[in-house]
Amino acid sequence: MPQLTDLLFYAFAGLTLLFGFLCVANPLSRNPVTSAMFLVLTIISMAGLFVLLHAFFLAAVQILVYAGAVMVLFLFVIMLLDLKEEERRKLNAIAVGLGSVAVLGLAGVLLRALIQAKPVIAAGTQPVEGSTKELGRILFQSYLLPFEILSILLLVAMVGVILLSKKELK
Amino acid sequence: MTKVVDRSPLNFYERTYLPALVEGFKVTARHFVRSVKGENTATDLGDGYYPEVPWRVEGGYRGAPYLVRDQEGATKCVSCQLCEFICPPKAIKITPPGPEAGPADRPNAEKMPREFEINMLRCIFCGLCQEVCPEEAIFLQQHYSLSGLSREEMIYNKEKLLKLGGVHAGIQKWKHKLEEAKEQESFPVNVG
Amino acid sequence: MLENLFIDPTFQFVLFSAAKIAVVFGVVMTFVAYAVLVERKVSAFIQDRVGPNRTAPPLALKIPVLGRFLQRCGIFQPMADGLKFILKEDFTPAYVRTIYFWIAPAISVIPAFLTLAVIPFGSTLGKQQMVIADLNVGILYTFGIVSLGVYGIVLAGWASNSKYPFLGGIRSSAQMISYEIAMGMSVVSLFLIVGDLNLSKLIQWQADNGWLVLYQPVAFVIFLVSAFAETNRLPFDLPESETELVGGYHTEYSSMKFALFFLGEYANMIASSAMMVTLFFGGWSLPFLGKPADSLLGGLVHIGIFIAKMIVLMVVFIWVRWMLPRFRYDQLMDLGWRRFIPIALLNIVLTALGVALFNR
Ligand code: SF4
Ligand code: SF4
Repeated sequence: MPQLTDLLFYAFAGLTLLFGFLCVANPLSRNPVTSAMFLVLTIISMAGLFVLLHAFFLAAVQILVYAGAVMVLFLFVIMLLDLKEEERRKLNAIAVGLGSVAVLGLAGVLLRALIQAKPVIAAGTQPVEGSTKELGRILFQSYLLPFEILSILLLVAMVGVILLSKKELK
Repeated sequence: MTKVVDRSPLNFYERTYLPALVEGFKVTARHFVRSVKGENTATDLGDGYYPEVPWRVEGGYRGAPYLVRDQEGATKCVSCQLCEFICPPKAIKITPPGPEAGPADRPNAEKMPREFEINMLRCIFCGLCQEVCPEEAIFLQQHYSLSGLSREEMIYNKEKLLKLGGVHAGIQKWKHKLEEAKEQESFPVNVG
Repeated sequence: MLENLFIDPTFQFVLFSAAKIAVVFGVVMTFVAYAVLVERKVSAFIQDRVGPNRTAPPLALKIPVLGRFLQRCGIFQPMADGLKFILKEDFTPAYVRTIYFWIAPAISVIPAFLTLAVIPFGSTLGKQQMVIADLNVGILYTFGIVSLGVYGIVLAGWASNSKYPFLGGIRSSAQMISYEIAMGMSVVSLFLIVGDLNLSKLIQWQADNGWLVLYQPVAFVIFLVSAFAETNRLPFDLPESETELVGGYHTEYSSMKFALFFLGEYANMIASSAMMVTLFFGGWSLPFLGKPADSLLGGLVHIGIFIAKMIVLMVVFIWVRWMLPRFRYDQLMDLGWRRFIPIALLNIVLTALGVALFNR
C-alpha cells in the first residue's frame, strides 16, 4: 500500500506539471492574466512539494515571495499595460530548434543529477528538519560566500532599477 | 486685496500624527459617551423616528418629477418632448398623439401627450426636465420615498403623474400672455 | 473494531482537528456578523445617530422587557442582514470577465480563514492543544497566506472591467505589497527576542517574561498600522474609498458575492486582531495565569481571555475609522516605504544588538 505522502507527492507533482503547462500553453485561453494565475498555482503546488520534503521554511517563503509579491507585481504590470490576448504565433523553425536544444540540455543535466543523487538518509546524515535556525546556520556559515555574492547581485540590480526609473529627473 | 496666510510648517510632534490621533479620539469619544448616556439632542427627535414620523420636507426640495395641471384643470404639457431629450438617464418616455388624435384639452395648445411615462427607478431627480420645459408642465415635487414591489410598478404613467402632481397655478404664463396680447390689440396706435 | 478505531491516534487527531476547525469557523462567522453590528452601532453613536434598533422576529418581542431591549440593541440585525444578502438579486454586469468575476470573492475570503489555522486561541482543553495546526513556522505561514489575500481584490478589480474597480484593484496591489514588507520586518524583532517561530512557544515565552508589547512598542505600532493597511480599513481604505471610487474593487458586485467581500474584510480584521493578541499581548495568558490550563474550566477561561483581548482590538479597529481622515495615496506610500521600513530595519538592528549584549 503506498504511503499517504507518496500519494501526495504524485498529486502535487502532477498538479505542478499541469499548471505549468497551462501557464505556457493554455489551449483554452491566451489571456496573459490567466497565464499569470496558473503560474501562481504552479508556485503554490511547488510549495506543497517542499512541505512534503519537510522544508516548511522554504515552502512558506516560496508562497510569500513568489506567489505573494512577485506575481502580484507581474499581474500589476500586465493589467497596467493592458496586454491584449496574444494571437497564436506561427512556429518559427529556428526558435523551435534552439528551444528544443535548450530543453534537451536541461533535461539531460537534470536526469544526470537524478541518477547520481542518493537518498540523504541512507548516507547517515541528519536531514535539516526545515528548522529556520538550522537553515540560518548553514546559510551564514557553510554557504556564506555564495550568499554574499547573491546579495550583491541583488543590490546591483536594485541600484540599476532606481537609476533607470530616475533618469528623467536630472 | 489678497491676504496670504502663512502656514507654519508642522513641527516634529505634529508630524508624528499623535496630536491628530488624540484630537480625533477626544471628539469621537465625546460624541460616543453623549449618545450612550442618551443625552444626545441630535438623536432625540421627541415625537419619533422616520418611518412613523415622516421627514418634513422644506419648500425648495427636489423630489420626484410629476406633471401638473393648470388652474383650469387642463394638462399643461404640450408633448414637445424636450424633457425626454434632456433627461440624462433617459427616464422619460413620451408617446406623442399622432395626426389622428383629437384636440388638446386647452385652447392655446396644439397637442397633448398620448402617454407620458417616467421610470422612477431611472430618474435621478436632477431637475433638468423642470428646467427645460417651456410650458412649466413638469415639476420636481416633495415626494422622496417612492417604493413598489416590481419594476413595472415604478414606471409612472401620465394619469398617475398628473394625479400626484396636482394643480400648479402659481405661474400662469399663458394667461398673462393672453392678457398682454389683448392689451396690445386695444392699444391706441398713433400713426403719425 | 470500532473501539480500536477511536483509540488510534491518527484517527483521533483527524477527529479533533475537524472538530476544532468546525468550531473555529462557526465562532468566527458569528463574530463577523456581530462585528458588523458593533461597527454599525459604534459608528452611529459617534456620529450622533441611533443605529439599527428595530429588527426583531415577532416572537422575540413577546418576551416582556428583554425583547424590546434586545431589539433596541440590534441583536437580531445580523440575521436580517444575512437573509437580505442571500435573497437579493445577484446581478452580473454584461461586460465582466465572467470566470474571474465569479472566483474573485471566493479568493478574497479563503486567506482570511486560513490564517486562523495557526493561531493558538487557548492553552489546552482536556488533552487537546487549542490550535488547529501547531506549525514550526507559524508566522511565516501566516504571512504567506496573507500575501495571497491581495489576489481576490486585484482580480475583482480587473474582472469587473470598469474603471473604478480597476483603480481600486491597482491601488490595493501596491498598497498590500508595501505594507506586507513593513509588517514582516516589524515582527522579525519579536522572534529575535524569543528565538522561535512557533506561535505557541511565543505565547509561552510571553507568559513567563511579560508581554512583548512592552519589549517592542515600536514593532507593535508598525504592525498595528500595517494591519490597518492590509485589511483596507480607514484611514487606509484607498482600494474602496467610496468618495473617489464609488465602491472601489467591489463596485460591480451585488448580493452574496458582495457579502463575501464583506465577510473577507471582517474575517481579516478578526485574523489580524487575533494575530496581534498572539504576538504582542500574550495570547491566552494573563500576567498571573501563565500556566497551560490543567482543568477544563481553566482551558475555557484561557479561551475567554483570548477572545476578550481580541474584542478590545476589534473595537480599536472600528473606532479608528472615525478618528482619522483617509490618507492620500502618495502619503500612504510615503508612510510605508520612507517611514516604516527604515524604522523597522533600525528596530531589527537595535534588537539584535540588545539580544547579543544581554543574552550572553
Ligand atoms: S428629474 Fe432628471 S432624471 Fe428625472 S425625469 Fe427629470 S430629467 Fe429625467
Ligand atoms: S413636460 Fe414640458 S418639456 Fe416635457 S414634453 Fe411636456 S411640455 Fe415638453
